[in-house]
Amino acid sequence: MQRTTIVQFPGSNRDRDMIAAITKISGNAPSLAWHTDTSLPDSDLVIIPGGFSHGDYLRSGAIAARAPVMKAVAEAAAKGVRVLGVCNGFQTLTEAGLLPGALMRNNRLTFVCKEVKLSVANNKNPFTEGYGLDEVIRCPVAHHDGNYFADTETLTQIENNGQVAFRYAEGTNPNGSINDIAGIFNEAGNVLGMMPHPENLIEPAHGGIDGRRLFQGALNLLETETA
Amino acid sequence: MASFTAQIRVTLKRGVLDPQGKAIEGALGSLGFEGVHQVRQGKTFDISLDASSKAKAEEELNAMCEKLLANTVIEDYAVTIE
Repeated sequence: MQRTTIVQFPGSNRDRDMIAAITKISGNAPSLAWHTDTSLPDSDLVIIPGGFSHGDYLRSGAIAARAPVMKAVAEAAAKGVRVLGVCNGFQTLTEAGLLPGALMRNNRLTFVCKEVKLSVANNKNPFTEGYGLDEVIRCPVAHHDGNYFADTETLTQIENNGQVAFRYAEGTNPNGSINDIAGIFNEAGNVLGMMPHPENLIEPAHGGIDGRRLFQGALNLLETETA
Repeated sequence: MASFTAQIRVTLKRGVLDPQGKAIEGALGSLGFEGVHQVRQGKTFDISLDASSKAKAEEELNAMCEKLLANTVIEDYAVTIE
């Protein structure tokens, strides 16, 4: 059985959606960790959910990234545990230095809440192996600071290393993100940060299930479900 | 120990797009300020602290910027101690 832990901060608000998604897809309720915890339960997958941790004060994810629990997340990531950050979780992972680059204010300055198209830029990773390369999927976004930025050197590195997981497709880039980047891996490939919310498209009641395969991949459940 | 007052200025690095600065620039233009070439916005922090010396205060303030107040991927900072 794959064990999932979801990290909660004051101001997390997509944690409930993430708990529901993991429970429905894996059949097991995830463990929860609070921002003041100094260790995590034994986990195969650690998820930092969306929201507005610490009110997005200073910079989105900046204060969450310095919380005690993030030291434990960094240690788990260094050991190869899979880590997923969605939306505010992605911002937190970049602020914590677990992923390169930064997420800046959307180029049109407005909060965007809508569905976008994503193309799968690398499917040789457990998180994305359930998708075809260049497959275009639907996914909702809801954020104010999703404009991914990295300096030229870093950008060249992540492009050459295959660290881009998802790009906004078909002209749906909602925030001005450089190279249409919607989600990136760390160099080792076990940490994924993405602005879109795959947890909100996992069952027919959501209007689609395009997000489901990401969690199945991350939890090694792809073969069991498709068999 | 002595008390110091410092101001920290955090700005976006040159070459990093500043959509908020652009919007402010546009608003100034629409108010009739025609001579404005560029606006870059940022943050300031006024910090009072105790330290054994001015040099020690400066060291601490720089560490605060590196660890929290600035995201050095996209931002520069400048520390001024009064």
